[in-house]
Amino acid sequence: MELRQEERDLYVAMYRRMVLIRAFEDKLYFLFLNTVMPGTMHQYNGQEAVAVGLCSALRQTDYITSTHRGHGHTLAKGADLNGAMAEMFAKDTGLCRGMGGSMHIADFRVGMLGANGIVGGGLPIAAGAALAAQMRGADQVAVAFMGEAAANEGSFHESLNVAAVWKLPVIFVVENNLYGYSVRFSDAFPTEHIATRACAYGIAGEIVDGQDLLAVYEASVKAVSRARAGGGPSLIECKTYRYKGHARFDPAAYRPKEEEEAWKNRDPIKLWAAKLVESGLASEEELKSIHAGVRKEVDAAVEFATKSPPPAPDLCLSLIFARTAEEAND
Amino acid sequence: MYESIAVALNRTLADEMQRDSSVFLLGEDIGTLGGAYQVTRGLLQEFGSARVRDTPCSEIAIIGLSIGAAVAGMRPVAELQFADFVFCAMDQVVNQAAKLHMMFGGQASVPMVIRAPQGATGRAAQHSQSVEAYFMHTPGLKVVLPSDPYNARGLLASAIRDDNPVLFLEHKLLYGSTSAGGKAKSATGSLTTLRPAPEEEYTIPLGLAELRREGKDVTVVATQYMLHLSLRIADQLAEEGISLEVIDPRTPAPLDMETISRSVVKTGRLVVVTEDVLTCGFASEVVARVAESCHISLKAPPQRVATLDTPIPFAPESERFVLPSEDKIVAAVRRTLLAPVVV
Repeated sequence: MELRQEERDLYVAMYRRMVLIRAFEDKLYFLFLNTVMPGTMHQYNGQEAVAVGLCSALRQTDYITSTHRGHGHTLAKGADLNGAMAEMFAKDTGLCRGMGGSMHIADFRVGMLGANGIVGGGLPIAAGAALAAQMRGADQVAVAFMGEAAANEGSFHESLNVAAVWKLPVIFVVENNLYGYSVRFSDAFPTEHIATRACAYGIAGEIVDGQDLLAVYEASVKAVSRARAGGGPSLIECKTYRYKGHARFDPAAYRPKEEEEAWKNRDPIKLWAAKLVESGLASEEELKSIHAGVRKEVDAAVEFATKSPPPAPDLCLSLIFARTAEEAND
Repeated sequence: MYESIAVALNRTLADEMQRDSSVFLLGEDIGTLGGAYQVTRGLLQEFGSARVRDTPCSEIAIIGLSIGAAVAGMRPVAELQFADFVFCAMDQVVNQAAKLHMMFGGQASVPMVIRAPQGATGRAAQHSQSVEAYFMHTPGLKVVLPSDPYNARGLLASAIRDDNPVLFLEHKLLYGSTSAGGKAKSATGSLTTLRPAPEEEYTIPLGLAELRREGKDVTVVATQYMLHLSLRIADQLAEEGISLEVIDPRTPAPLDMETISRSVVKTGRLVVVTEDVLTCGFASEVVARVAESCHISLKAPPQRVATLDTPIPFAPESERFVLPSEDKIVAAVRRTLLAPVVV
């Protein structure tokens, strides 16, 4: 696939987004090691091209649902950085006012309908958001991100099936990072690919190199246009790898070191940087300055978060139920 | 007047769909067939297949899509063919619908209703359960148990207009409808305490119990079919000079303890009757709360009358044996009256 001169600004913006996600998570990891940050987290390092490639093909009014590994999707969809960082710190200024944390982060203002602690939990929710768009006659689409393990949940089958029957504008994106926590892909799947399951639902399926930003982006543009035009759902499988363990305390001793190294040699950010520089669309200096700018932004977000107050302990009690409009008028 | 719950619900669904274009229905066999209990009969013709959606046999998808549509601005009303089937979709109900509002810091609301028929009618273990206690136990859900056409209409309108997920559990014996396949087992012919629903629109707030019969000796809190059995024995016991005060809690969540406590303080005696199984059921919760807040007023140990702790058996004799009955309610009332009064 060739880079196009007229898309330069988009390409650089995508680079910036990937760098932002990496910097955000590296900072989180550092803060966790220093026990500044509560809870646990699941890192996205190595998979950035998937979230950024996909979300760059979306509009702000489109919807996504995410997973327990959701920081990348959140920032790729354009969520507020300060609010995202403050949520990690469990602060009242967090996107979810400190009630959700890393695993349940959401920013509805940009169509980010939530990370999800339950594997496969977000799939039918994305399909439902797509149904709402279809019923309203809006041309919004929804994307359901999932790890490959979710493809073995019942919600995968039920969601893809009904989405196909109703031709819902939804794109199911499998990030196949080869491990469901510790279980290797080949021990959990009888076939080499997941995208081939698309045949079972009569929908388009595509296998994509998840380390190649442009490949993800182009596949996404195709699937999104199909969905907007009423052509129904798609299944995209991105072959990728998570650099870190499953969660914060997992050293991933179940993976061969050579395998990790091989994947890290195909780092999505480095690959994209090389492409931009080779094609003359960006200089190394320009890319370097992006890294510096992003680091500053992330540091500022940490400062915002640390200075923010925690939620009142009993805030949760006022958030169990939404106040119905008619009650609010009382 | 709408004489049956099935018709009252049907017309309320239609009214709410007329009133608000974001309301739509989805579920198994609700379109062409009109629902297993005919609650959605004719609505496909009235509103079209975009708003009355026959779904595949996929409970996770029915509930999950409802949640997604709800957070994206719609007001879905999902039907599960039997309440027992909700367990297929438990993650979506308990981990998703109930939690999103708080988990996302109030950014999202989930205005949706899950309607499902419950109660034992000779269908054995997997088509007979009363499931309200599972959902009373889940913060973030509202639970409604309509007992007659009047309540069903007003409560359903409130449930649909509510901005939270609501489990609306209907008792099969009280529908007063014929099933799509023929005559459904029904108790409506033998009951005189089912009030019809007026045709004009009205709402009944969620969280308000109803005093169905005033009395002075024993408070009986009873849900759905058990409410009607309790009202019937109240007539019989009145002839013996025993005066029952009968309360329909209507919504186990939110639970109106004020109405119940006021009555217990007056009578000093409490019997709670539900068709759910005994352990950790609705009755257990009411008794616990009364014990905590009104024990000084109690003249006798509170009694729970519920289904025995067993899967519902098929044999009619066995089903009768495990379910609450008028005799069991009367016996429980008498136990509260026999207990020595210690002042």
